[in-house]
Amino acid sequence: MKRREFMKLAGGGVFVFFTVGEPWDWLEAQQRSGGRDYPTDFNAYLRIAEDGKITGFAGKAELGQGTQTALAQIAAEELDVALDRVDMVMGDTALCPWDMGTFGSRSIKYFGPALRQAAAEARGVLIELASEHLRLPVAQLATKDGFVQEKVNPQNRVSYGTLAKGKMIERHLDPKPPVKPPSEYAIVGKPADRKDAVLKVSGRAQYAGDIRLPGMLYARILRPPAHGAKLKAVDLSGAERTEGARIIQDGEMIAVLHSSYDLAEGALSKIRAEWELPEAAVDDETIYEHLVKVASTGDVVEEKGNLEEGKKLAESVFEESYFTPYVAHAPMEPHTATVKIEGGSATVWASTQRPFGLQEEVAQALGLPLEKVRVITPFVGGGFGGKNRNLQTVEAARLAKLAGVPVQVAWSRSEEFFYDTFQPAAVVKIISGADASNRLVLWDYDIFFGGERTSQPFYDIPHYRILSRGSWGRGGAGVHPFEVGAWRAPGSNTNTFARESHMDVMAAKAGLDPVEFRRINLKDERMKRVLAAAAARFGWTAAKAPSGRGFGVSLVNYLNTYVATMAEVEVNKNGAVKVKRVVCAQDMGRVINPDGAKAQIEGCITMGLGYCLSEEIHFRGGAIRDLNFDTYEIPRFSWLPEIEAVLVENRDLEPQGGGEPPIVNMGAVVANAVFDATGARLNRLPITATRLRAALPPRY
Amino acid sequence: MKEIIRFEVNGRPASLDADPDRMLLWVLRDELGLTGTKYGCGEGFCGACAVLVDGEPVRSCQFPLKSARGKKVVTIEGLAVNGRLHPLQEAFVRHNVMQCGYCTSGMIIAAYGLLRKNPRPTREEIIRSMEDHLCRCGGYMRIIQAIETAAQEMKKGVRR
Repeated sequence: MKRREFMKLAGGGVFVFFTVGEPWDWLEAQQRSGGRDYPTDFNAYLRIAEDGKITGFAGKAELGQGTQTALAQIAAEELDVALDRVDMVMGDTALCPWDMGTFGSRSIKYFGPALRQAAAEARGVLIELASEHLRLPVAQLATKDGFVQEKVNPQNRVSYGTLAKGKMIERHLDPKPPVKPPSEYAIVGKPADRKDAVLKVSGRAQYAGDIRLPGMLYARILRPPAHGAKLKAVDLSGAERTEGARIIQDGEMIAVLHSSYDLAEGALSKIRAEWELPEAAVDDETIYEHLVKVASTGDVVEEKGNLEEGKKLAESVFEESYFTPYVAHAPMEPHTATVKIEGGSATVWASTQRPFGLQEEVAQALGLPLEKVRVITPFVGGGFGGKNRNLQTVEAARLAKLAGVPVQVAWSRSEEFFYDTFQPAAVVKIISGADASNRLVLWDYDIFFGGERTSQPFYDIPHYRILSRGSWGRGGAGVHPFEVGAWRAPGSNTNTFARESHMDVMAAKAGLDPVEFRRINLKDERMKRVLAAAAARFGWTAAKAPSGRGFGVSLVNYLNTYVATMAEVEVNKNGAVKVKRVVCAQDMGRVINPDGAKAQIEGCITMGLGYCLSEEIHFRGGAIRDLNFDTYEIPRFSWLPEIEAVLVENRDLEPQGGGEPPIVNMGAVVANAVFDATGARLNRLPITATRLRAALPPRY
Repeated sequence: MKEIIRFEVNGRPASLDADPDRMLLWVLRDELGLTGTKYGCGEGFCGACAVLVDGEPVRSCQFPLKSARGKKVVTIEGLAVNGRLHPLQEAFVRHNVMQCGYCTSGMIIAAYGLLRKNPRPTREEIIRSMEDHLCRCGGYMRIIQAIETAAQEMKKGVRR
């Protein structure tokens, strides 16, 4: 009897299936993911093998953020086994429960509880089995280190593996066993070594481009010089003469396939193509004016009170605009996919953040039913939002179908820049007001195409309106000259740069210390707590800016993770900024792996220096001018500030996200520190030496 | 155009009938199946493809096969001895350095080259020597710490 039929016959309720051996056949897996929602049977999450090894299944991808380790910690904790007894299989559409995608700092926050409940239920089933095995009532049993044991006589015990041996057991626990109270945690909340570390230091960790299949060909694809360019004429003869090269034309796509990547590339370079370029309408200087011009009247994101009322109360009014450019994801691993089609089924290895979404795209491109496409997500060499889109995989799938052999498409660095879904360029206009006691009374906030996330004020403001003018994402025809998308903490880097810069503009005018000005306007206790924690570690003393010290502060509530960041910078006469020190205090609820969380903070701070100081895509119309790391500068070793990560304990709150929040403050904290050092305020990112030099006071 | 080129890879002889102008990266990855060495930028800007040639780190995406003739090439797969990780690899594990791990091979190879020449580098020397190796996850702080730890360990007179 198929499991689904069994469930139907048996009626409603929650079923806990305890299964041993290798039951992961295709059909069952599809039943598990068929609902396109997190399933309720724990088999979808866990398997306990006869040797007692536990395998966890997660539809998430390991992009480097360390969820493979933190999720294993969660399962090991509930099951009372050592961390090294749990392995996680991630992002495999045939084995793992359906998942929406790995973005928004959601893996631990939303998937963690499902895994935790499943593990608790598995533990409950193991205790019931042991009760039969040991002939003791359940109440007299406890679990420890992979065994179920008698409480009063721990020697009387049976291992999980023994309980699992040679049986096919299906159980239904009612009521569901409770999860462990956090006060009993022994694994969660303790620093854990990454489970992928040894594979990664020894070169054995497989990425999508490391897949090697018999007969596999590498495809290089002819690319236009600009988005929107049309192919006028093409001469393939040079490529055709290359030994071992196959040329495939499919509609607009022209690809050269070869058994070696570089030889495919060599053949591609012999193709002569003529392109018709569309007229360039905007470039990286005119884009902001363009965005404001094409924006809609907008939708209210959130509002309170009445702006007119706020204006009446305001003693002083401030009006500023803030600008953030297109920013590239630039993961070290470019988009890559390997596709094999055999017997009417496709297997896909892809560097993706959305394995299940990709499964649908590939099925559609190949005209196959969903269950005939399996997406396997090997290790992913960084995503940051850029690998939500998987054009390369659809290309590989089309080519594998036409070529009749497995095909790998691995984008070059220039393709990676060209087809990136950049963080959208955006404008924020703020009109704010404060009363005579420096309390915010007015906050009139318009975002142009930047996205809404973290635009809602956490300061105590009686009259405010947040207006989103031009939606986030593609924005509609005639807005962006190329694709845009989610970039680590989408919308928030722009909104927080604007909000927190503006707070400092107001504080400076009022002659108040920026931390003091924020305190006056904060009621949120969690925010006050992280601010205090950051100030204590940083050694912040009150002074109005510009104080010459080069100190800056910025705050954010990113999807319920609270972050306070402080920085110290040095600016030389040429306008070059050196960020010397960054302190980041974060309240992310209960922390699963403190060392992993700190690594995310360090990584976010380091990566975030790029969008503060150098990262900006230069373009003219659809032609991208930055196509490698020579002109698109990302942070290097010498940029590294002293970093101090402070995890502000909050054990009463369920785990929140940690992969994005610490990057959000970076724009404003540096801009504010630069103002404090020099008196020059830049409302546009990045703060390049050229721009800052032009803004520096004459005798700086 | 093709010719027979012999060299040594990770202690074993390799012999290839190939175009001598091909870059070593692709020969390692596609002909020899050593995929631990990564493509990152193809123009020598990022360092993901670093390997050792006669003990010196080179960018294999810019290093023609003919220049490897008769030389000893060591890739990330060749650093461990009898299954025991090199002290640098151990230090990278101990410091939980890796996030996505894609730059790691090149980082370790570059650090190996540094410690070979300068067994006790200062922090500034580490930074200067590693400057042209890029990590998008922002793992520089832990990479520096791991190199310092490995230098300490190697000073104690362990292997290499």
